[in-house]
Amino acid sequence: MPLRVGVDLVPVARVEETIHAHADRYLNRIYTERELGDCRTETGVNPERLAARFAAKEATMKVLRPAGEGIPWKSIGVRREPAGWVELDLSGRAAELAEDAGVAHLALSLTHEGEMAAAVVVAELYPKEEET
Amino acid sequence: MTDEVRRIVKEHGRLPVDVDSLPADADLYEAGMTSHASVNVMLALEDSFDLEFPDHMLTRDAFESISAISAALGQLLHQEAA
Repeated sequence: MPLRVGVDLVPVARVEETIHAHADRYLNRIYTERELGDCRTETGVNPERLAARFAAKEATMKVLRPAGEGIPWKSIGVRREPAGWVELDLSGRAAELAEDAGVAHLALSLTHEGEMAAAVVVAELYPKEEET
Repeated sequence: MTDEVRRIVKEHGRLPVDVDSLPADADLYEAGMTSHASVNVMLALEDSFDLEFPDHMLTRDAFESISAISAALGQLLHQEAA
């Protein structure tokens, strides 16, 4: 099966600065309720986890290849499973683009260490039918 | 409007180059603006112009240059005035 890969890297400090400057308006425009819930801790929202999720959105856009078209940030969501791994939830235009591209499966991996957070997305595509 | 857009890009775009030296149609992403920085630019524009970018306008193209941002803002302000 054909594959597409997307990767992105986000400095955690940039996310911290934006939380400080724009607070809920930033959080609610960019992240899904599920993502905010997964990133919330006793001391507030965790910027490392948010940065990793922003990287996941960007990595997913690289896989979907929207070619200049706007994809709402919240139409790409990261869902943390209770056992610890993460999955992607696409909705709206992001889901349509995935369907148009023939995406059969998406796999996501996140990491954050110190000042940086990163995400890798792999898309497995349905093979195109050969023309006869 | 273009001067205010340039000021906001300079303050929030975190570009590694002098924004004042960029032509209005210079590609801001090629000049080093990241996607996350473009979100900061968007939020600062909304604060400054007291409007909200709808999701369908949050495109790479709309934030590609100072002139493209000014055009998008002009479109939004025109819609609000209508």
